[in-house]
Amino acid sequence: MNRDVTPALAKEFGLSADEYANVLSIMGRTPSFTELGIFSVMWSEHCSYKSSRVWLKTLPTKAPWVIHGPGENAGVVDIGEGLAAIFKMESHNHPSFIEPYQGAATGVGGILRDVFTMGARPIANLNALRFGSPDHPATKRVVDGVVRGIGGYGNCVGVPTVGGEVNFHPAYNGNPLVNAMTVGIAPRDRIFLSAAAGIGNPVVYVGSRTGRDGIHGATMASAEFGADSESKRPTVQVGDPFTEKLLIEACLELMATDAIVAIQDMGAAGLTSSSVEMAGKGGVGIQLDLDMLPQREAHMSAYEMMLSESQERMLIVLKPEREAMARAIFEKWELDFAVIGHLTDTGHIVIKHKGVVEADIPLDPLAEKAPLYHRPTQDTPPQPPLGPITSTVSPVDALATLVACPDLCSRAWVWNQYDSTIGGQTAKRPGAADAAIVRIDDHSLALALTTDCTPRYCAADPRMGGMQAVAEAWRNITATGATPLAITDNMNFGNPEKPIVMGQFASAIAGMAAACTALDFPVVSGNVSLYNETDGTPILPTPAIGGLGVIADAASAVGLALQPGLELVLIGDTEGQLGQSLWLREIAGREEGPPPTVDLAVERRNGDFVRKQIIEGKITACHDASDGGLLVTVAEMAMAGGVGVHLAAPTPGIDVNGWWFGEDQGRYVLAVTDAAAVMLAADAAGVPVRRLGSTTGDRLTLADGSFVTLAALKAANERFFPAWMDQV
Amino acid sequence: MKSAIVVFPGTNRERDVAIALHRATGKRPGTLWHRETELPAGTDLVILPGGFSHGDYLRCGAMAAHSPIMPAIRAFADQGGHVLGICNGFQVLTEAQILPGALLRNAALRFLSQDCHLRVERAGTAYTRHYQKGQVFRAPMAHGDGNYNADQATLDLLEGEDRVAFRYVTPEGETATSANPNGSARSIAGVYSANHRVLGLMPHPEDLVDPLMGGTDGAPLFAGLVEALAA
Repeated sequence: MNRDVTPALAKEFGLSADEYANVLSIMGRTPSFTELGIFSVMWSEHCSYKSSRVWLKTLPTKAPWVIHGPGENAGVVDIGEGLAAIFKMESHNHPSFIEPYQGAATGVGGILRDVFTMGARPIANLNALRFGSPDHPATKRVVDGVVRGIGGYGNCVGVPTVGGEVNFHPAYNGNPLVNAMTVGIAPRDRIFLSAAAGIGNPVVYVGSRTGRDGIHGATMASAEFGADSESKRPTVQVGDPFTEKLLIEACLELMATDAIVAIQDMGAAGLTSSSVEMAGKGGVGIQLDLDMLPQREAHMSAYEMMLSESQERMLIVLKPEREAMARAIFEKWELDFAVIGHLTDTGHIVIKHKGVVEADIPLDPLAEKAPLYHRPTQDTPPQPPLGPITSTVSPVDALATLVACPDLCSRAWVWNQYDSTIGGQTAKRPGAADAAIVRIDDHSLALALTTDCTPRYCAADPRMGGMQAVAEAWRNITATGATPLAITDNMNFGNPEKPIVMGQFASAIAGMAAACTALDFPVVSGNVSLYNETDGTPILPTPAIGGLGVIADAASAVGLALQPGLELVLIGDTEGQLGQSLWLREIAGREEGPPPTVDLAVERRNGDFVRKQIIEGKITACHDASDGGLLVTVAEMAMAGGVGVHLAAPTPGIDVNGWWFGEDQGRYVLAVTDAAAVMLAADAAGVPVRRLGSTTGDRLTLADGSFVTLAALKAANERFFPAWMDQV
Repeated sequence: MKSAIVVFPGTNRERDVAIALHRATGKRPGTLWHRETELPAGTDLVILPGGFSHGDYLRCGAMAAHSPIMPAIRAFADQGGHVLGICNGFQVLTEAQILPGALLRNAALRFLSQDCHLRVERAGTAYTRHYQKGQVFRAPMAHGDGNYNADQATLDLLEGEDRVAFRYVTPEGETATSANPNGSARSIAGVYSANHRVLGLMPHPEDLVDPLMGGTDGAPLFAGLVEALAA
């Protein structure tokens, strides 16, 4: 039922007093209930980026290979051979705590639409997941639902889920993060945009019918969780991957014709944001007649239809003479197709329902007077240096503990619920390489895809953490032999009205920007999720990075599995930086110290060297040394290949735990047949290199004779998820 | 060999099987929309690919089994035509009662995407002429409902008529509970019709036909079909 519009109602809708005053000045009158709803969602944090815009503008977004940067539905880069890769990552955090299965499933559905709406066939999904402590009573339910939801949607639409990351930390107990990424491929000259054009052109609605699900979802995503978050369940949308699959095929079939002027999916804020953004970008007006809207429920009001976040819907501006042909395509796929309005020259959005004008808002001020905040920031105080740390746990015992811990254990239980092989192009499946390798059908060309972030580094030093997240994505792509091209970012933070949180955001952006510039790795799309707090406690700052690279011949990409009879060399310097390391947390029981330092010039130099060696065919396997440090890196390579390693003694003068478990950046472990040749090449390139050991037998043996068998390591590594999730 | 790949709403592995056939034949196979009522003239092989036809919203394959194209496929099978149903296609064939039995939820009640090992139980069919009896090959599987079941009499009949096509086994070729990923009765991964020309199986040999994708274990199945049906 429509309610009287008052300042109190505006506040309830999430508009501040100043924002409501702005609404009154734009309208010159008290807005209608529907108009107030439109303002409140368009000016929500989720849709307007009002706290983050000033900082996002500082990110580098350009490179010769970037076709469309931020501002479109997804980023577009030229990958050669006449093709473009279209990709983006987006969060569905708040819904995934309230209703994990549907929250995660619709997160996948939403990001798929962002990509195929631009004309791309989706070829890969990835994700970045952060859960609360495994000991927390809610975590198991959330993990189970989120993993089932991602699989349930992705498997059904037939897009392989090829990679991702899973972390646990108590800071996510009441606020898990579900970040979903989709990558698609389109002909470079067939990219579809959202700017509407052509006064009088029909505005067409296709896909699922509109129901009452998800009303005010964007507003929910712009507020903190409290004790009442369970009561917000009705605002979570319900996904229908079957309809999405039909929508993909129907849209791609239509896109092969010349019928489309503009197209956009209905995501957050549904019909409101899609119609406002399409008309706004095109500088035209739009008139919608909601009587024509395909509806799933009876007696829906204009307000409900405009704010519904029902899934699997698209808005298309068609060339009028192509309407019949377009309708036939959607009818073949058994999808609703309805002309619900047309473009006008008024510059207004006008909503009619049952003969009544329910909303009439000028579009320019709705966009131009959208709130923009320069919120106060406060720097995170630097962590005091870590003093000497001693431990009575031997390196091999520490290794066995580390590979079993939730943050380092095998993720097979998760991956095995995702179809990773559909499409027949997955050359490196989850866990096989530092980045997933997905070939383009009928080409040798392949994409290298990864998601990365180390939130504990970001909490300790947001600038260094932001830099590290970008550097690690770049490094993971490099470690396969691919050339990193661009990233999408998913900025997950707490309440931006708190200066310490806004400071984390600003510093992380500064670190990311420095890394993007130094590594020629621009941001082409992204998403911001703020207010990730429960009862006043924010999550760890989590700027998740989705990286995309390209390799000319999929056959030259390398994985991390060792083979017998190889030599191992380490690229990069090791000081033994244990601050914020997993060894420090899991073995010494401390979460402190500064995170490892990222030297971008060194990162670039080392990575460019490694990539060149891989492409020249000199490397059999490669793995970057990151979480857990050097010994964990070698152990992961050994477990993947089922081959043991005999390791050389640490470099003299370095703390033994720092050597094996320090998380120093910019390092790679290479498995090669001719170590001398690679070392000579490294010396010539000014890249630090040393011999690390050789592959042999069925155990990991240190120079002092201590060892752990691969069988024991694998058993420890594979124990956690099945034991935790499948116990009766 | 002229093959027709049937596409239902929600079918999603039609491109995978087309790639495998293209590699085996050098030709791109045609697809057939489920609303058609006749097979293209001269069809040698009908393939029902994997996917989630109609979203699997009723039982897997139950609605597709009533699609307009199905009477033509049934008639083709009755006349001795070769029909290959993979994953959802296998489910459609059992729902249409072209093959016996049913595919239930995986025993672990989770979707499983992993490689499995299959043992060839009968060599010499159009599908297995390039394999030996007892040969073990690897294939990816990706399904939530692949737990093959039938009553004991039907299972005995299938064994007696040599109609069990493949069983889930260890890499060494032994049946074992640990090697039977979805809990199928008697570890059955695929079954034949009485004339051994209709084959339904859950795993995806079509996704393992390229060394770059991890192996070519599935390629002999398609090579055998080409040889058997090219004449």
